[in-house]
Amino acid sequence: MVSTAVPRVAAHRRVARRISWEFWLLLPATVYIFLLIGFPLLLSIYYSLSHISVGRRDYSFAGLSNFRAILSDQVFQHALRNTVLITVVVLVAVLVLSTILATALAERFPGKPAVRYLLLLPWASPVVMSTIAWKWIFDSQYSVINWVARRLHIIGPYEFPQWLGVPHLALISIIIVQVWRILPFATVITLAGMSAVPRELIEAALVDGAGFFTRLFRITLPLVRPILGVAILFTALFTFTDMAVVWILTRGGPYNTSHVLSSWAFQVGIVAGDLAQGAAIALFMLPVLALVAIWVLRLSHREVTE
Amino acid sequence: MTAMPDTRRLLLRALLVAVLAIFLAQALFPFAWMAITAFKRDSDLYNPTNNPFLFNEPPTLAHFRLLFTETKFPRWVVNTAWVGLATVLITLVLSLPAGYALARLRGRLGQNLGIAVFLTYLIPPTLLFLPLSQIVSGVGLQDNTWSLVLTYPSLAVPFVSWLLMGFFRSLPQELEEAALVDGATRFTAFWRVLLPLAVPGILTAVIFTFTLAVNEFIYALTFVSISDLKTVSVGVPTDLIRGDVFFWGAIMASALVVSLPVTLLYNAFLDRFVEGLTAGALR
Repeated sequence: MVSTAVPRVAAHRRVARRISWEFWLLLPATVYIFLLIGFPLLLSIYYSLSHISVGRRDYSFAGLSNFRAILSDQVFQHALRNTVLITVVVLVAVLVLSTILATALAERFPGKPAVRYLLLLPWASPVVMSTIAWKWIFDSQYSVINWVARRLHIIGPYEFPQWLGVPHLALISIIIVQVWRILPFATVITLAGMSAVPRELIEAALVDGAGFFTRLFRITLPLVRPILGVAILFTALFTFTDMAVVWILTRGGPYNTSHVLSSWAFQVGIVAGDLAQGAAIALFMLPVLALVAIWVLRLSHREVTE
Repeated sequence: MTAMPDTRRLLLRALLVAVLAIFLAQALFPFAWMAITAFKRDSDLYNPTNNPFLFNEPPTLAHFRLLFTETKFPRWVVNTAWVGLATVLITLVLSLPAGYALARLRGRLGQNLGIAVFLTYLIPPTLLFLPLSQIVSGVGLQDNTWSLVLTYPSLAVPFVSWLLMGFFRSLPQELEEAALVDGATRFTAFWRVLLPLAVPGILTAVIFTFTLAVNEFIYALTFVSISDLKTVSVGVPTDLIRGDVFFWGAIMASALVVSLPVTLLYNAFLDRFVEGLTAGALR
């Protein structure tokens, strides 16, 4: 008894001493993160339940009236629908395209590092700068897409499709830019997963006479699934919470039809100054973020147990 | 092993080339378009009968000249550099100790704290900018680049701490313990022994943080509305416009000037960034 108790006490003491210096090192970052992430998060929940606006610091309790007001607003309904729609479409497109691209990049061919480097540029480029290039590509009069389409007689010689001026085209434009931007990121993740598939498995399948697509769908993709989860997670997160692309391309136009939650929260909270309703709008992102967080926890839990 | 018939092999090869060509074209097109537009004369650019892919008139540097001499672009570049460097410094001061501590906290507690730090990375600025705008004006930092310097690290600290944690974990604990046995303090052991070994990880953190500061849009748009104090990310899309006329030549020139260095820098480190995100899922 004594012989086991003593080391245990010593071990406890060692742990206590060890925790202390690590605790002090963690403290500044923790306090800072709380002040700039935790506290504002709580504050935005509080705002959404109050009457606060930019001109009027009225912190009185408003109950759920802000939520009732925004839910009955058509622009908000559009913004919510757009956010979900854009995220889902981008997610599906990115998953399919990144699987194709990663499969191609997993092959051996000359000049591969250069090709890979170039393919990754859209993700590395500052989002505002590349989005504004897209805004010019979608220009109302000088769109190069329209010029090519006219030349190929897809559209008539005097047709000028307004990419950013017609509701459904504006949404398509936003989706195109998001897919273009996030595809390289998802591809790198998928590729990392693919290169982790044991070579022997592929060779064994080759010996058994499995064709290219059998190998892809029966061996590679099932083995890559956990890491595809990471690609899905961050693609969804980056698309769902982004404001820069929408704000620069359309500013929510035409007629507030292409808003997403973040841009509409900005419009209501900052431009119109209704902080309470703006906060309520932004908080509609929270359920999805909670799902993402749970997913991360499950992924990391599996890592611990396996 | 090579049971595949030659024609099928060739077909697959052709498919590979076609797929790569299509993907390359879509990935690079916007950059090519920036470059073509930036060097074109306005009279060439705004003539709908011209082939937009060609230089129908000789190229010009007029847009770059306009950008650097008649707009506030140089000012925005200076602001961005200052905000970026200060953000990097604050982020390192907070994240280096945190990452080191997380790496050395073994067992459940360390694991859970690490995950908790990573989870805060998932909370997006689009959820926080409204209350932060009130805090910023409450402490009198509205229209001041300090508002960005003090808030940007919050976007970087969680991920950078996580990244550095992984890096310090890969360094053997015996190294610093040997130094401690030799009578060094915890700080000297960290500073003299571990830090020099962690330089690649720190470099990754620096590039991540700096590009994040250049990229950031929503805080900069919300907190700073004076043109002289803007960063490039907000100045270019909001101030290179007169009325509703966009100076496309100058805008594309600025996009090119900003994108090129940032993109090349960030791309070199993209793999490390992804490693940070996928840590765990691979094992």
